[in-house]
Amino acid sequence: MRSVSIIGIGQSAVGELWDRSARHIAYDAISAAMQDAGIETADALFLGNMLSGSLLEQEHLATLVADFCGLRGIEAAKVEAACASGAATLRIGTMAVASGMHDLVIVAGLEKMTDTVGKDTTAGLATASDAEYEALHGVSFVGLNALIMQRYMYEYNVPIDAFAGFSINAHRNGANNPNAMFQEAIDLDAYVKAPVIATPINIMDSSPICDGAAALILAPTEYVKEFTTSHHRGAVQILASASANDTLAVHDRRDPLFLEAAYVSSQKAYQQANVTPADIDLFELHDAFTIMSALSLEATGFARRGEGWRMAHEEQIGINGKLPLSTMGGLKSRGHPVGATGVYQVAEVVQQLTESAGANQVRNARIGMAQNIGGSGATIITHILGT
Amino acid sequence: MGIPNLWRTKGQRYSLAGEICPSCSQHIFPPRDVCPHCAKPAGPIHTLSGRGEVYSYTTMYNVPQGFQEQSPYTVALVKLEEGPMVTAQLTDVENEEVAIGMKVEMVTRKLREESEEGQIVYGYKFRPRLTEAA
Repeated sequence: MRSVSIIGIGQSAVGELWDRSARHIAYDAISAAMQDAGIETADALFLGNMLSGSLLEQEHLATLVADFCGLRGIEAAKVEAACASGAATLRIGTMAVASGMHDLVIVAGLEKMTDTVGKDTTAGLATASDAEYEALHGVSFVGLNALIMQRYMYEYNVPIDAFAGFSINAHRNGANNPNAMFQEAIDLDAYVKAPVIATPINIMDSSPICDGAAALILAPTEYVKEFTTSHHRGAVQILASASANDTLAVHDRRDPLFLEAAYVSSQKAYQQANVTPADIDLFELHDAFTIMSALSLEATGFARRGEGWRMAHEEQIGINGKLPLSTMGGLKSRGHPVGATGVYQVAEVVQQLTESAGANQVRNARIGMAQNIGGSGATIITHILGT
Repeated sequence: MGIPNLWRTKGQRYSLAGEICPSCSQHIFPPRDVCPHCAKPAGPIHTLSGRGEVYSYTTMYNVPQGFQEQSPYTVALVKLEEGPMVTAQLTDVENEEVAIGMKVEMVTRKLREESEEGQIVYGYKFRPRLTEAA
């Protein structure tokens, strides 16, 4: 198997992009990534997306995007794994390059969520859960996370504002990211006064509905020298790529408060990269909801069971903290265009490892981790990158 | 959700028809072809008692298309006496009165109306338990 590197990244702005269609947003990201890598074509485009069929009445999305980007004749296919579609796409691209089947692959993620009204988008997101036994009973995606959070607070006796630190950190970092949807810091007061969506989850616990696209260019590590000219940001190697699943429905989990798929995929990833949690310099975790940040930290070996929320302080998770999280704003502040999120996370790790994260640069960042969660813990994919 | 699907799953929705695994004796809901506990072929239909307790709950203020009429409502994870957990709405109770550990029992209620001329979907919800009868 060949080692795989990322030689270019591109990101569209994240937000309510009413003046741009899905194809334009994808073009923004893909053209930027191709320019960043210094390439004019590629062997394949793999495109992560969750909701184009239900919200845009558009499938066959990867070919549409390839056509729009002037990439005729290449392989193009969409990859779907709910909110983990982005990372699942990176895995497919990695396998294609590692196997020798392709040399240059574009991995992109795209989501357009603001062409529909809120209740339709909410219903679309609920398709990540079990349609017959969860969604039919009126539970939304936020509702499923709220069920987990309520039990967590009960079981571990956690006060509601204990989660605020995750949100405050994400917004502090997002303020310096020109692509972020929310470029403003918030304080504890804003968190406490935020309207409730599904008890106990309020708007500040929850990532926003938005549009966005991100792209990565993959190449075999052995060919990287051909692309890294003097003005190039430098390539980043994919040290580990691991995925694991769990029951689709929350009610079927052995323990709804433990992300088994995060545990399994992170353990596989640590082994592949030959590192331990102590070696990770920054972690782009899946902070779709603050409870997911706590559970992810516990399952990936950074906190003990029931204590992930204790890390939600600047000295722990800030840019200069022990384990910087959501360094460019995370899902909460940069935004969570679901099928694109996993690609944004990895593009941001690349920014950090190539010293191009601007005001949010983590000092001496050498090894970064990204974790993308599909559903409320049913598909969890962990990537570890290094220079 | 399509009419054939609603017809196919009516036993589950109207009477909590589950299974008992012939290999490991665990109760299973909904019926599966493979036991989630021991991965052997799953067993004959066995109807669950419908008694359980609230494992967790949430009152939802922002609800999916098709559920606006009932908003806000409380959804719970209900741990059934026989072991399986289900996701369902609570009914016949004020949202503020719900608590973890509350004893509940299954009732059949309207889940949603698809549209004015569309189908009306019935299924299980849970209410505070009226009796302690076994």
